[in-house]
Amino acid sequence: MNQNETVVQLKGITKRFPGLVANDSIDFELKKGQIHALLGENGAGKSTLMNILFGLYQPDEGEIWINGKQTVISGASKAIELGIGMVHQHFKLVQPFTVAENIVLGEEPQKGLTIDYKLANRKVKEISEQYGLKVDPQVRIQDITVGMQQRVEILKTLYRGADIVIFDEPTAVLTVQEIEELLEIIRGLAAEGKSIIIITHKLKEVMALADAVTVIRRGKVVATVDDMADATEEKLAGLMVGRDVSFKVEKQQSNPGDVVLDVRDLTMNGDQGKKVLNGMTFQIRAGEILGIAGVDGNGQSELIYGITGMRKTHGGTVTLNGNDITHLTPREISKSGVGHIPEDRHKHGLVLDFSLSENMILGTYFDERYGRHGFLDFKMMDKTAQELVTEFDVRSSGISTHARALSGGNQQKAIIARELHKNPDLLIAVQPTRGLDIGAIEFVHKRLVEARNQGKAILLISFELDELYALSDRIAVMFEGRLTGEVDAHERDDAKLGLLMTGSGKREG
Amino acid sequence: MEMIKKIFNKSSLLVPLVSILLGLLVGALAMLAGGYDPLLAYGSLFKRVFGSSYHMGETIRAITPLIFTGLAVAFAFRTGLFNIGVEGQFIMGMTGATLIGVLLDLPWYLHGPLAILTGALFGGLWAGLVGYLKAKRGVNEVISSIMLNWTALYLANYIVTKFLLEPGQQKSRNVHESALMSIDWLVQLMDKARMHWGTFVALACVLVFYILLWRTKQGYELRAVGHNPDAALYAGMNVNRTIVKSMFISGVFAGLGGVFEILGVFGNQTVLAASVGYGFDGIAVALLGGNTPIGVLLGAVLFGGLSYGSNGMSFGAGVPSEIVRIVIGSVIFFVAAHGIVKFILKPLKLKRSDKSKEAA
Ligand SMILES: Nc1ncnc2c1ncn2[C@@H]1O[C@H](COP(=O)(O)OP(=O)(O)OP(=O)(O)O)[C@@H](O)[C@H]1O
Ligand SMILES: [Mg+2]
Repeated sequence: MNQNETVVQLKGITKRFPGLVANDSIDFELKKGQIHALLGENGAGKSTLMNILFGLYQPDEGEIWINGKQTVISGASKAIELGIGMVHQHFKLVQPFTVAENIVLGEEPQKGLTIDYKLANRKVKEISEQYGLKVDPQVRIQDITVGMQQRVEILKTLYRGADIVIFDEPTAVLTVQEIEELLEIIRGLAAEGKSIIIITHKLKEVMALADAVTVIRRGKVVATVDDMADATEEKLAGLMVGRDVSFKVEKQQSNPGDVVLDVRDLTMNGDQGKKVLNGMTFQIRAGEILGIAGVDGNGQSELIYGITGMRKTHGGTVTLNGNDITHLTPREISKSGVGHIPEDRHKHGLVLDFSLSENMILGTYFDERYGRHGFLDFKMMDKTAQELVTEFDVRSSGISTHARALSGGNQQKAIIARELHKNPDLLIAVQPTRGLDIGAIEFVHKRLVEARNQGKAILLISFELDELYALSDRIAVMFEGRLTGEVDAHERDDAKLGLLMTGSGKREG
Repeated sequence: MEMIKKIFNKSSLLVPLVSILLGLLVGALAMLAGGYDPLLAYGSLFKRVFGSSYHMGETIRAITPLIFTGLAVAFAFRTGLFNIGVEGQFIMGMTGATLIGVLLDLPWYLHGPLAILTGALFGGLWAGLVGYLKAKRGVNEVISSIMLNWTALYLANYIVTKFLLEPGQQKSRNVHESALMSIDWLVQLMDKARMHWGTFVALACVLVFYILLWRTKQGYELRAVGHNPDAALYAGMNVNRTIVKSMFISGVFAGLGGVFEILGVFGNQTVLAASVGYGFDGIAVALLGGNTPIGVLLGAVLFGGLSYGSNGMSFGAGVPSEIVRIVIGSVIFFVAAHGIVKFILKPLKLKRSDKSKEAA
C-alpha cells in the first residue's frame, strides 16, 4: 500500500441542487491500493460526490482527474470504461435471474448469436474465487441473502474490470457476521491493487479498515486524515459533527407500569406453509423498552406485520391496553395508539415521490386536523411538517422537496419524527438508526429513552448489539418464529446471546 | 410496465413543444417523399381548422371526447393503473345514455341528467370491474380491460339491435328531444356546427381531476397507492378498495365521453362494426399531456385539431389524411423518447449558458 500513484483526484467539485449546495468546492484524492473512508453527517454530500464520480450527476464546477488525466464522466458507462465501479446501497439486481446472468447482464459473452452461459458461469466463478467471494454463479438472486446479493454487486463491478470500487454504506444492511466478512473482502480487494472508497457511519469500521479518511460537513471538506495512527473514534466523531459526541446513552433504571402490549401465542403461516411465527408470547409494560435480538430472517419482520395488521395472523392474540386488536385493520391499530418506524424506509416508510410535508402525515392524513370534509388542509400540513423538520433537524432544501431528494439519513429522521409525533402508547422501532450518522443516532436514542420515560412502551428490533444493550430494559432472543429466551440487559454476554440466536441455547425463565 | 410508467411521467413544457415541431417536420418529410407540398398541406390544415366558424365548432366537437378519454387514461395512471379499456367504457357510456334517451320519456330537467348519470355509471362500473378483478383476483388490468373492450362492443351492438333498433336501419331510434344536450343558440352561432354541453362538462372534468387528486384526502390516497402500494398499506389505506375506486372514476370520465357523443352529437347509436377509437386516442392524449389535467386538455386540442384538420389537407393539397397520423405518431414518439429531444436541445442549452457566463 505504499504506492503513491494517485488514481482519482477531484479538484474543487461543486454541485448545487435547488436551494442548497450539496458539494462545495471539494478536493479529494485516492491513491492506488488505498482504502479511503468518506465520513460525514447525514446530508453532508457524500453520496452526491460519489454519484458525480460514477457519472450519475454532472458537477457544476470542478475537475475530475482519473489516473492522471482530466476527464468528463458523462455517465455510468463512461465511469465503467474508466474502471470505476459502484456498489449502491440499494441493489440493482434482477430477482428471477441467476447470479451469473445478473453479473454478465449487458456484457454477455457471445457464442454465435446466443449467450455463452457456460463461459459466463466459469468466468464468474474465477473472479469469485480470486477475491474470496464464495458466490455460487448458478443460484437465483431471489434465493440468496442480502449479504450474498451484495457480493454479487461487487462481482459485477469486478467483472466489468473495475479498479476503483465505491461502496455507499455497504454495511447498513448487513448482519454482524456478514459485516466481518465484507471487511475481509474489501481488504482482499485492496491487497490485489484495487483502490476503494467507502462511505460509512460506523467509526469502528473506519478504524478497522481505512488507510485514509476524508470528513465532509455541510458540503465542505473539513479534514483529511492520511495517517490513521493519529485518528481515534472520538476525534473522527468530533470532526464529523463539529462537537463532542457521547457514545453512551444516559438512562435511569426503568419504572415499568401497566402492561401495554400483550402478545400471546401469535402464529403466522408463511408462503410455503411453514410457520413464520410460531407461538410468540411476550409483554411490554408502559415505560419499558423491550429489545429483540436475533439473526435477520427469523420472523422479526413478520412479527411486526402481524402486530400492526399489515399481514394476517393465523392464531393467538394481540392486546393493546387491554383491548383485543388482533384482527383490526392497520388504520384501526394505528389509531388505537401504535407508532411504527418500519424496517425498510423506501418500501414502507415513505412515498418517495411525495413531498416531505405530504410524507409527514402518511399515517394521520385522515385526521380532522389535516382538513375537514375530505379536503386537505395544506397550511396545517406544512405547519406540522415545518415543526417536525426543525425539531428533528431533517436537512433538505425545504418541506416541499420530494422525499426522494433527501439523503438516506434524513429520510430516516423524517420517519422517526413522524412516528414520535403521533405520540403512540406503543412505539415499534425496527432498526431505527440504520443509516444515521453518530450525531443523529445519539439524538434518536435520546428521544427513544425520553419516550420510554414518559411511559411509552417500546418494542425495539435491532441487529446491532451495541444499540440493543444501550437502549433495552429487557432483551429477548428470537429464533425461527419464537422467543428462545431472555438475557440480562445490564450485563452483556455476547457468547450466551450468540447461542440463543442460533437456537442452540436452552429455553429458560 | 416500468418503461411505460417512466414514459408517462415526464412532463415539462419545452419537450412537448419541440416534439410538436419535430413531429410536423417528420410529417413534412413524409409528404416530400410522397411528392406533396408540405407547406400547402399544412396551410390547408390550418385553414380547415380556423377557416370558418363551422369548422372551428366542429374542431371543438372533435376535441371534446378526447378530453374525456385522455382524462380517463391519465387518472388511472396516477394510481399506477394502465387503463387500456377506456374504449370499452366509452362504448358503455354511449349505450347507457342511448338506453335512457330512447326508452324513457321524461321532462327535460330529469331526462338529460338521468341519461348522463346512467352513461357515466355504465362506464364507471365497466372499469370498476377491471379494478375489482385486479384487486381481488390479481388479474392484470391490461388483459382484462382489453377483453372487456370487445365485450363492450358486442354487448352494445346486441342491446341496440335487440331493444332500440330503428326498423330497417343499422342504428338505434333517435334519443328523445328532452334528453339531447346540444346548445341550440351556439349551434346557430357556429353555423350549424354540432356544439353541445359536453364540452363544458369536459372542461369541468379537467378541474375535477385536479381538485380530486391534489386537494382531497381521497386523491392523497389514490396517489399514494399509485406511487407506493406498500407504503399505502403501512399508512392504513385500503389498497384494494382504492384501486377499484380509481378505476371507477376513470371509467366515469370515459363514460361521459361516450354519453355526449350520443346526446350532444349524433342523437342515436349506430351498430358498430369496429371500436370507435376514442379510447385508444385517449392513451395518446394522456401521453402527450404528461398525465396532468392541463396537459391532457392541451394534448386533446392538438390531437383533435390535427385529426380534424387532416381532412382539409386531403381536400386542399391532395395529401392523404393518414399523413396526419404520421405527424401525431411522431409527436408522441418524441414526447415519449424525451431523451432524444433533450439530446437535440443540449447543444442549444450549452451555448446559451456559455453566453451567460461570458456576459457575467
Ligand atoms: N436529486 C436531488 N435534488 C435535490 N436535492 C438533493 C438531491 N440529491 C441530494 N440532495 C440533497 O443534497 C444533500 C446531500 O445529499 P447526499 O445524499 O449526498 O447526502 P449524504 O452525505 O449521502 O447523506 P446520508 O449519510 O444521509 O446518506 C442533501 O441535503 C440532499 O437533500
Ligand atoms: Mg448517502
